Amino acid sequence: MTTAVKPVKAPNTPPLTIPRPHNVLIVGVGGQGVIMISKVLATLCQEQGFEVKQSEVHGMAKRGGAVFSHVRFGEIVHSPTIPEGEADVLLALEWAEGMRWMPYLRQQSGTFIADTQRIVPPFACRNRTRGARTGYVGETIQTVMEQVENSFALDAMGIAKQLGVVKAANTVLLGALSTALDFPTEAWKSVISKFVPPQTTKVNLLAFDAGREWALGFDRESELRNIKDTRSLHQESTVEAGADYSRVEITEEWCKGCDICVKFCPERCLIMNEKLIVEMAEPELCTGCRMCEWLCPDFAITVHTPNHVPL
Amino acid sequence: MAKAGTAAFAPQGSKEGTNNNTDVASDVKPLMGNEAIARGVWEAGVRVASAYPGTPSTEILENVARFPEQDIKAEWATNEKVALDVAIGASFAGVRAFVAMKHVGLNVASDSLMSMTYIGVNGGLVLVVCDDPGIHSSQNEQDTRLLARLAMVPVLEPSDAQEALDFVKQGYDISEQFDTPVIVRSTTRLSHTRSLVRVGERVVPISKGFVDNITKNVMVPSHARIRHPRLIERERDLAEFFNSSDLNRWERGGTEYGIITCGISYSYVKEVASDASVLKLGASYPLAEALIREFCESVDRVLVIEELEPVIEETVRKLGFEVEGKSLFPRVGEFSPSVVREGLVSAGLLPVAKSTPGLSPEPLARPPVLCSGCPHTSSYMALRAINARVAGDIGCYTLAAIEPLKAIDTCVAMGSSIGNAVGMYKAGTENRPIVATIGDSTFIHAGIPPLIDAVYSRADITVLLLDNHTTAMTGGQDHAGTGVNLRGKQTERVDFEQLIHSLGVKWVRKVDSYNLGNLYKCLQDAVRHKGVSVIISDRPCVLDPVKIKGTSFTVRAESCVGCQSCMNLGCPALSWSGELYDGHNKVEINQLECMGCSLCAQVCPSDAIYLPTEE
Repeated sequence: MTTAVKPVKAPNTPPLTIPRPHNVLIVGVGGQGVIMISKVLATLCQEQGFEVKQSEVHGMAKRGGAVFSHVRFGEIVHSPTIPEGEADVLLALEWAEGMRWMPYLRQQSGTFIADTQRIVPPFACRNRTRGARTGYVGETIQTVMEQVENSFALDAMGIAKQLGVVKAANTVLLGALSTALDFPTEAWKSVISKFVPPQTTKVNLLAFDAGREWALGFDRESELRNIKDTRSLHQESTVEAGADYSRVEITEEWCKGCDICVKFCPERCLIMNEKLIVEMAEPELCTGCRMCEWLCPDFAITVHTPNHVPL
Repeated sequence: MAKAGTAAFAPQGSKEGTNNNTDVASDVKPLMGNEAIARGVWEAGVRVASAYPGTPSTEILENVARFPEQDIKAEWATNEKVALDVAIGASFAGVRAFVAMKHVGLNVASDSLMSMTYIGVNGGLVLVVCDDPGIHSSQNEQDTRLLARLAMVPVLEPSDAQEALDFVKQGYDISEQFDTPVIVRSTTRLSHTRSLVRVGERVVPISKGFVDNITKNVMVPSHARIRHPRLIERERDLAEFFNSSDLNRWERGGTEYGIITCGISYSYVKEVASDASVLKLGASYPLAEALIREFCESVDRVLVIEELEPVIEETVRKLGFEVEGKSLFPRVGEFSPSVVREGLVSAGLLPVAKSTPGLSPEPLARPPVLCSGCPHTSSYMALRAINARVAGDIGCYTLAAIEPLKAIDTCVAMGSSIGNAVGMYKAGTENRPIVATIGDSTFIHAGIPPLIDAVYSRADITVLLLDNHTTAMTGGQDHAGTGVNLRGKQTERVDFEQLIHSLGVKWVRKVDSYNLGNLYKCLQDAVRHKGVSVIISDRPCVLDPVKIKGTSFTVRAESCVGCQSCMNLGCPALSWSGELYDGHNKVEINQLECMGCSLCAQVCPSDAIYLPTEE
């Protein structure tokens, strides 16, 4: 770490008298603590004598959905929400959420700070075919660093773990955020102390310092050279997705109508017909998982998948 | 009560009433719109407050309840109509009364509102109604101002938290001066924006007690005929009052064009066109016609910028002015600085902004999902297995309509599921079993009359009562079925089994939501029963009132065959591990997320999911 690195700031980061509102957009997934981080920042801005507006949306967001909070401060703040393309800082607690809000970042001068943590929603794992890939965003740390001048991707959870308190990851991020805003370190710490449970004040302040030091020591050039983690969650697969078409062969004479395959089929594509013999009702839903073949006590079902390699 | 989530910081003692709301020492505080409304209610000397939770209005009553009980009686009502009736009763009795609800809650309360507007008030009465433009968490985006016009009730529209507090207080003065209920209209954005608010002291007006006046207080035809003309006079008097009231503000700018706006839209207007002439209407019904006329005559071109319906626009047009509104600014969705800017650009009043496309990745679909361990999940898995036609209702469980559960076929409004199921049965076209699913809080809100109807009309349907012991969707509020009140104290509790039996339902059973096999068997029996059958699927919500976390399950990777049976649960703790079995993705369990409900282990056909402590 070198002390020569200047605090990371957008070139237009204003001095403490500013003509226009300063905009910080904080984003993440429900339950991560987006709202609490915003409250800390909003309180800090207020204590520093600014008018501040902080806007969030509750409701469905709580159920694991995307959460965002706009914090705007300045002499006069009108709109509670940040116009697209005008966020001076975009702080993402989760990688894909950072990508979602990227169009809100002020071009050239905006600072992007993201936790490299990835929360893959069940919705991204719903392609059932062989060789399916998760629907997670494809942008890697490298692509973002190359295209966004002031970008910082840190493993806040990892840093917090080293301090022994996983829950302090958000305070690590606040430490990183503090380098992009022109507030005294002591003011940050005093506000954080008011928000955290008293017995955790010490470790949270350590976490803040760790995040701050990480950002101050961040050397973009060497980071780009040494980047090992391309961090795309798109898996490589030997099977081409969707290339499969499975066919379920049912030997009717052997089926005694026990219903096991119908009940266990994960895609619900089998039914019992009026003769109480199993029948393929929705062949396009079949993923060729072979559950019916394996569970049939009478060997009445065989699943044919063209690309199947017997194990 | 709102939770701090898994954040590193939890506010100290926010549940113990040490919230800074009650601290009068410093007089400028950062308050959320809903907190400011609650503060205004307290400062106005309100004695009785009631509400039914509904996003984005929920936090209003929660914050009212942070003020001392001796100041203000605040309690959750069974539904919005009951809440309004309680407030009307308190007003009759001569004290200031308050009621809060979301926009669709006003539909439920409207029956009482339409009559009480004839009656007027004794103690002042303010309704805060929170609209949800953009439909963040609702079933529609109706505009409360239209219902207010129907009821001929004045509407005040604050633009920020400070005005939210001030307008509530002014609302009480107007209410008592003009003998009318008053609606203060908020929106999601205003309710959930925190900004600095100068607070004041509480002033309690001296109670007049009940005032006997039968022609005013008893709405029968002969009395209502007397009151109706008074209503029309009242509307005219209010419009006249608003002409000179400081609720409406004229900010003078250029004469090339002028903007009439209200509510949160005002802040967007100031953001993008700070030098324009603006008529900011704090009272959006009835409109201050003389003031509007004067404003329109002072500029060459008039624009109206209002979210949702063209309420102001149409009135201005009726006054004989050419006005542009919905031709430039959408009638649907939430406004933002960008929406307002685009409208002004297409009007030729702002230059086209030059845009240089930056990095704009394809966003990841992250719809809200049922929580890990949510007791609703198993109910819908079982419903899939019996191939039922499912009438859904309002609550977290509405999420079971989307992938992967896809187990709800309809969702209309609070309590509709049971009536809808009765209608489907009567239509006689359905050969699948008909099941209505409804949560405990929704059942109390509006599910009991339709259940009586189902019994009375001998409908052959099954009702699955999803009892998770809380109002989960809005963040875990108590209700009559939990036996705990708004201030966290014990109170009487509705016994669902007894209640349902007493309505004449012959087949009632209670099952543990986490026992999937039992739930399935029970559902099979229930749909075979001729007539109304009710299953109570019973398990507390995993988030409220306490976050439940047990030992996490683990996937034995060598046993997982990637069949995706568990992924059908849609559990956020489950995802793909990156390993494949015959081309199919194997699963893994996020140990921090998993709360140990065991449902995935119950559905796994290859026995790959286990509790590590059992190894």
